Amino acid sequence: MSTEAMDVPKTGFSFDLCRRNDMLTKKGLKSPGYLKTGTTIVGLIFENGVILGADTRATEGPIVADKNCEKIHYMAPNIYCCGAGTAADTEAVTDNISSQLKLHRYHTGRESRVVTALTLLKSHLFRYQGHVSAALVLGGVDVTGPHLHTIYPHGSTDTLPFATMGSGSLAAMAIFESEYREGLTRDEGVNLVTKAICSGIFNDLGSGSNVDVCVIEKGKKEYLRNHLTPNPRTYISSKGYTFSKKTEVLLTKITPLKELVDVVQVGGDAMEE
Amino acid sequence: MVSSQNENRLLSSEGDSQRTQYPYVTGTSVIGIKYKDGILMAADMGGSYGSTIRYKSVERLKQVGKHSLIGASGEISDFQEILRYLDELILHDNMWDDGNSLGPKEVHNYLTRVMYNRRNKFDPLWNSLILGGVKNGKKYLGSVSMIGVHFEDDHVATGFGNHLARPILREEWREDLTFEEGVKLLEKCMRNLLYRDRSAVNKLQIAKITEEGLTISQPYSLKTFWNFAAFQNPTVGAEGSW
Repeated sequence: MSTEAMDVPKTGFSFDLCRRNDMLTKKGLKSPGYLKTGTTIVGLIFENGVILGADTRATEGPIVADKNCEKIHYMAPNIYCCGAGTAADTEAVTDNISSQLKLHRYHTGRESRVVTALTLLKSHLFRYQGHVSAALVLGGVDVTGPHLHTIYPHGSTDTLPFATMGSGSLAAMAIFESEYREGLTRDEGVNLVTKAICSGIFNDLGSGSNVDVCVIEKGKKEYLRNHLTPNPRTYISSKGYTFSKKTEVLLTKITPLKELVDVVQVGGDAMEE
Repeated sequence: MVSSQNENRLLSSEGDSQRTQYPYVTGTSVIGIKYKDGILMAADMGGSYGSTIRYKSVERLKQVGKHSLIGASGEISDFQEILRYLDELILHDNMWDDGNSLGPKEVHNYLTRVMYNRRNKFDPLWNSLILGGVKNGKKYLGSVSMIGVHFEDDHVATGFGNHLARPILREEWREDLTFEEGVKLLEKCMRNLLYRDRSAVNKLQIAKITEEGLTISQPYSLKTFWNFAAFQNPTVGAEGSW
């Protein structure tokens, strides 16, 4: 009997930790807050493939926790996935499915297909009934052509020519709906994606900082980290920091403390208590 | 729904500090922009009753006096009430017969006071209003919400328009838009809203107000495009998935 390259996961919601969590909340433990990515992520299909874009701000409530995080996650050499929602959930779920895809590639000897990643992600998310708060834009180019999908936290998916997710999705969608055409060239596509992410950055409070772009074509991919940085630190002193005149030193006296301390062994081993 | 409403009314008449109002028939977004000669405003003609689109010929853009134009989203009956207040305001102003007439800035201020005072009495008029006009060559465009938040800007929108139309306006609005360019820009925003706002209907009016006067267009529809290749055959390469 041959060993399965991918173990079929137990079906249904995994209740293993629920009793423990319940007990802890009853005892009064405040559950840790979520690091939400409050995001703008977009994807579009152009003439030769797929372009994904994302902003780089991670928020924890009203505070910006990470000014320059990476929201475009690697799934396979030809597949990338943008994630919005709870940062831990998007990281974990994309890493998990990424390793499953790698094992599958070893087993089949073929390039991964986007629909494989799609099915693995959506089954995982459905199993957790929306508690894994990950909203994803999955894009890639495989033997069957370029594909772009959105995946919602409860496990439903859409196949679209252009997609936006996250808190800035409406601002970005406004740009896409008014300017998307079929058969865009690579440069037009990158410009449109950048424009849409900038719309999210400047019109949505949950998105900000820089623009990351990832272009995937047949046989090659380009990950343009910080493709645009429209929010530089403006007021930096060119001289660096200087401190005003210090207090004058009149006298220096150094007293080594070792001479004042006596280490005494009172019978038995020093370490025994 | 009706009986629980009555219960709430009875309970809250005891001086309870709870909202007593829910909107019933609502209008969706209104967008307004300043352009070279004055103000342009656009609104669709839908009146939704919850999740059904009950009325498809609701005029949400109306003239106010000689110099102003009001557009409203939210509860339609409250809008009609506001129109009655404004009617009385303009009437009393005319009765002074002093050659002066209320301009858009004054009407905006009046509306702000009305909305804010109603909100303080926990009995709001459930509307977001846009007020625009031209007086003595000066263009004015302002907005008031149901809690009395008011401001003035070169382009304003209510409801969903804030999320879907303002980003486009922030990119593409210019001080010296001609009438045609302004209409094209508004249509771009309205088309966006038509695609992405569930309570939008494809029947809209555009109103223009300049020093010369006000015109509200006849209702018309926008062209939409649904022929993306990916829409025709979304599951190419993966038959059976979605």
